[in-house]
Amino acid sequence: MMPDELISALFPQGHTISPGAENTFSGQARVAGKTVEVLGIADSTPLGPETALVLAGRVLEIVRLRSGAPIVFLIDTASQRMTRRDEMLGLNEYLAHLAKSITLAGVSGHRTVSVLYGTAAAGAFIATALSTQTMVAVDGAHPSVMDLPSIARVTKLPLDVLTEKAKETPVFAPGVAPLAATGAVSEVWKISDRQCAERLAALLAEGGQDDADHRDVLGASRGGRKMAADVARRVEAAFTHDATVSEAR
Amino acid sequence: MIPKNVMSEPSWYESSARARIEGLLDSGSFEEILPPQSRVMSPHLALFDLPPAFDDGMIVGRGQIDGCPVAVAAQEGQFMGGTFAEVSGAKLVGLLRGVAHSAGTRQGVGAVLLLLDTGGVRLQEANAGEMAVSETIRAIIDVRRAGVPVIALIGGRAGAFGGGGLVTACCSHVVISEQGRISVSGPEVIETNKGVEEFDSRDRALVWRVTGGRSRVLLGGADSYVKGDVGSFRKAAAQARNSTPSFSLETLEREQERLTERLKLYGSCHDTPEIWRIAGLPEPEGIADMTEDDFMSLLAKEGLHHDAR
Repeated sequence: MMPDELISALFPQGHTISPGAENTFSGQARVAGKTVEVLGIADSTPLGPETALVLAGRVLEIVRLRSGAPIVFLIDTASQRMTRRDEMLGLNEYLAHLAKSITLAGVSGHRTVSVLYGTAAAGAFIATALSTQTMVAVDGAHPSVMDLPSIARVTKLPLDVLTEKAKETPVFAPGVAPLAATGAVSEVWKISDRQCAERLAALLAEGGQDDADHRDVLGASRGGRKMAADVARRVEAAFTHDATVSEAR
Repeated sequence: MIPKNVMSEPSWYESSARARIEGLLDSGSFEEILPPQSRVMSPHLALFDLPPAFDDGMIVGRGQIDGCPVAVAAQEGQFMGGTFAEVSGAKLVGLLRGVAHSAGTRQGVGAVLLLLDTGGVRLQEANAGEMAVSETIRAIIDVRRAGVPVIALIGGRAGAFGGGGLVTACCSHVVISEQGRISVSGPEVIETNKGVEEFDSRDRALVWRVTGGRSRVLLGGADSYVKGDVGSFRKAAAQARNSTPSFSLETLEREQERLTERLKLYGSCHDTPEIWRIAGLPEPEGIADMTEDDFMSLLAKEGLHHDAR
């Protein structure tokens, strides 16, 4: 089912979005008088090869058109689909293909924004929302890497201990706030604010920004990832500078 | 699992990440960045009373293969399962960004070698690890766009699981051995979530048929298949540099076709022998039991090559 309330809030100037195969939907909308491409996944659908191909195929068609139109992704997936059959067929390739296609759009002049309105976890989160240049969370968004009970099982820690630890440190806790702190989520919107359309238009107008990935810097400034940006910068500096003056020596 | 004729050679599977780098590069050419002496460690493991490692299980730097400069990153699968985490991930991301930005300059390299050996994201720092995977993918694509091939070498104990599976499939070329495994959800995770009838993780033969090196290279999830010794990986890495696809719309359109075709042909199969039967391979039931030499001559005869990734 398409998220009608969200679609109306984002695109009050009209749209042609309609349901497609594999619980996806797509179409075009008007934002600030310009055409944007819209692509989405609904109903907390676990991401399998079929869905990944539908989404990636549409992204590649859009890039092929060379319109430069922004692409807005509306995401409500789950984790990657967990079946022996999908893994046997190379699910890693299908998810990576989707991640690469969305990233290609971003570096080919399309402003890419994801609006997370449901769940997204693990590999499916990486292949969809995290592959766009900017990610926004709205009502109902629940991003995660793995749920706490599963983390408890893998780390062999009691769930109540883990839940207690999650309050002290956002680094492994599921949800919008902890992931925003790491730099994953740029902005958090509320549909009831009636400002979604305006804020989307503002984000899309930012187009033509540099290609660089600044999420680690955002994570450092928000305190959710204090080390990553600095470590990456140190390694990059050591690599690009003349080896004889590298700090690594 | 290790073939007799390479028993005397150091095994990739048995080696540490540092020993793999040592065997891969020209002797004495490796220059590590943020080595253990720098003590850049995970700030999160203490919360779980887990001991950190001075290199956080990620070794990055530059070196040479046959005199040609390359960048290298190796995960130590024996430390926290070689997981993507805040520090280990940032070291890899920093290296890749350095390669992209130095392409074509005096500091540029001819290839990046990724010695993946990973269970995926480190759950004790899950959010930071997830972001590290996403940032790694974006950085790999920037390296490829700068014209530098990224070559994944898969054959370690931890395999290439979770986000490591996605990272693998974003590389320009994937080299794998029989012991190498690539997957997103591991067999144990699928069994835990969906039950033993969906995936029996203790059935080792089944696990290897689904995720192992032979199946991956036959299906197109890997591009080169090597015996499990370090020398074979070195040779394959040196060769792969010269024949990798660029990152472009055309490449991804070919990949879309390749993956669509695979789903159409094999989408209703339940086990790999069914796939090999449809693919017309001789003795589809016996692929796992062939000797390394027989399997490699089968590959040579089939003339398999999968350039679109």
